[in-house]
Amino acid sequence: MAEKKLMKGNEAFAAAAINAGCRYYFGYPITPQSEVPEYMSRELKKAGGAFIQAESELGAINMAYGAAAAGGRVLITSSSPGIALMQESIGLLCSVELPVVIINVMRGGPGIGSIQPGQADYNQVTRGGSNGDYHTIVLAPNSIQEAIDMIGKAFDLADEYRNPVIIAADGMLGQMMEPVLMPEAKAAPTEDEIPMVKPYALTGHKNKRDRHAINSVWLKQELLENYINEYWPKYEKAERELQDWESRDLAGAEVVFVAYGSTSRIAMEAMEILTNEGIKVGLIRPKTLWPFPNNAFKEIDFNTTKHIISVELSQGQMIYDVKLAVECKLPVSLINRVGGMLLDPQEIVDRTKKIMEVK
Amino acid sequence: MATKKVFVAGFGGQGVLLIGQMLAYAAMYEGKEATWMPSYGPEMRGGTANCTVCISDKPIASPLVTSCDVLVAMNGPSLDKFEDMLVPGGHLFVNASVINYKARRTDVNVHYVDCTHIAEQEVGNGKTANMVMLGAIIRASGVVSLEIMDKVLAKTMTGKKEKLIPANKTALSAWKE
Amino acid sequence: MKPVFEYTKGMRETEMHYCPGCTHGIAHRLIMEVLEERGDLGNCIAVSPVGCSIVAHQYMNVDMIESPHGRAPAVASGIKRVHPNSPVFTYQGDGDLASIGTNEIIHAAERGEKFCTFFINNAIYGMTGGQMAPTTLIGQKATTCVEGRTVEQAGMPMRMCELISCQDRAVYVERVSLDSPANVRKAKSAIRRAFKVQDLKLGFAFVEFLSICPTNWGLSAPKSMEWLRENMMPYYPVKQFKCPEEVKEVK
Repeated sequence: MAEKKLMKGNEAFAAAAINAGCRYYFGYPITPQSEVPEYMSRELKKAGGAFIQAESELGAINMAYGAAAAGGRVLITSSSPGIALMQESIGLLCSVELPVVIINVMRGGPGIGSIQPGQADYNQVTRGGSNGDYHTIVLAPNSIQEAIDMIGKAFDLADEYRNPVIIAADGMLGQMMEPVLMPEAKAAPTEDEIPMVKPYALTGHKNKRDRHAINSVWLKQELLENYINEYWPKYEKAERELQDWESRDLAGAEVVFVAYGSTSRIAMEAMEILTNEGIKVGLIRPKTLWPFPNNAFKEIDFNTTKHIISVELSQGQMIYDVKLAVECKLPVSLINRVGGMLLDPQEIVDRTKKIMEVK
Repeated sequence: MATKKVFVAGFGGQGVLLIGQMLAYAAMYEGKEATWMPSYGPEMRGGTANCTVCISDKPIASPLVTSCDVLVAMNGPSLDKFEDMLVPGGHLFVNASVINYKARRTDVNVHYVDCTHIAEQEVGNGKTANMVMLGAIIRASGVVSLEIMDKVLAKTMTGKKEKLIPANKTALSAWKE
Repeated sequence: MKPVFEYTKGMRETEMHYCPGCTHGIAHRLIMEVLEERGDLGNCIAVSPVGCSIVAHQYMNVDMIESPHGRAPAVASGIKRVHPNSPVFTYQGDGDLASIGTNEIIHAAERGEKFCTFFINNAIYGMTGGQMAPTTLIGQKATTCVEGRTVEQAGMPMRMCELISCQDRAVYVERVSLDSPANVRKAKSAIRRAFKVQDLKLGFAFVEFLSICPTNWGLSAPKSMEWLRENMMPYYPVKQFKCPEEVKEVK
């Protein structure tokens, strides 16, 4: 049996990707994710893959676009402002249905912002900052082990849906260390196997088939409309099938927290304090941010639950999805910090009590 | 065992982050849950550095702490800044090689560890000062066992670092209350 | 009877959207003829830019991908990592390569990427309707400099061959012209050398094609050719800037 290893989040992300068969990584330094390109520069070649330190985030995401089009399993990582720079090509990847896994080790924003953990990219990752109609699947781990498992799943989802998948991590997950177990390693397809595994890939037509053209421009708008309508059902399928969450202590809860990622762990500690004080509190932890786990909210007992609180490190971004999921059955409150400041459990406890006082 | 929280603070370069990591490794090899969370900032050298280690029998919720059971102050500013974080009855380790004044708290167990001096005199290697401090933390607070450190050293000091194991072992046992 | 001239298998039999007199057709055809004679149409992977040649994949009979504006060298770098032995090229215009994509081309050249870049310089933004390009000449009129480009307002036109030839890992750099049958033949030789450099993995290969845009220049095609010779050639000399010994004999 494999032995547990103590790993730093960013290194574990990189190792998990290689483990999942990723052989192409293109990176650019930005705090707090720089250990990923450092790890990849050391390890990817040993696994028979290729690493480029790109000239910019624009370079990195477009190298990924090329490698994904060529049939490779590709990882990209950055932190908030770097992801903002990549947005054009994230929409492009969606428009031509190419799979890439993108890890956003989020920090405080907006602008250049701070380098401390943040979640204010919720809108950036779930709504996207590129032009046009598209979605990205977004997974939100709250531990390094879960991140490892989700990265493996993300590569499979990216291939299945032929779409970028974003892992919404943050500076805390990237920088901390925890004991982890790596799952069994997956082999990467060889160059010769690519045409079988990914028939759409650019491999050269070998004079045996028509040439492949991966194109994003449509000079006839009616054709573009048809094209979008043809691939759109995959997003509807994702909304039906991919919603994922963890729920705790919802039965009989008076208060329900909704929190994801690192913040959910701080909320869990606040739950312990509140429970010890005799306040019944439950938790919904979205593991997918898109599709948002609306189904989780069917588990809430609206006879006992009087307060739903979105706990987030942003100025109230996820709260809009929570409100949609709650369907106006209750008002939704916000407990938050921003700019790279973290909540502490006692602060959540105190602010929860204040919310409960207001009738 | 309830969650034990250890906070280690000092200058960058004093081995603050390493002390924390070694504790996390030890907890993991003892089959416990562990988290290690560093402060991170723009300074690479000479700035302040600190890290938090949580050790528990059950999954650890937040890796961050507002109070701690063990506080390790490797320099004066860290002692001044973080002394109040320690719970009553907790263990305070003061790097007496750098800090030449007494702790304010009287409701905690204070251990003055002259780690640089001990490292130079007892181990013959001043660079093992942080390991002398780690040994003191382990033996006085009992957050992990000293025995498990053999495995931690064997697992973390490989290749070129392997030859440093004997000196580190000596350093871990060098401090006496 | 042996045919003396045939439609190249490298070009797909479809209607082109390029304006009458445009030299894109010539450049497309030359590249595809070279690939056909090398037997490489089935192995090649190419990257088209944003600009008039954005839909080059509709005309060229090779696997092809569209790049976001200016990023073709990054896209090709990614492709080349997955298929290191396939011939790869980017086909880019002057706005794409010398304005928005300057960072990507300079870094691809400096990494010594093992692909070829074919750079179409017609001194104007074509597809968007005749705006000033980074290669628009001083005094040349465009819709964003209607009195003619001035040094004070827009600085000097970018000379990409001169810039890239300073880079150690750009081992083959040549500027050719599409203004006459003789120069078209020389351009084809340059394409052959560029692919040979890639075969031998010697480094980055860059060929600039002086081209015309009769529509946006407001001239007939023959007048455009004259204008190219009189105005572009003095500032953009047709010349071989760098060529490795190994491919010097390739004609």
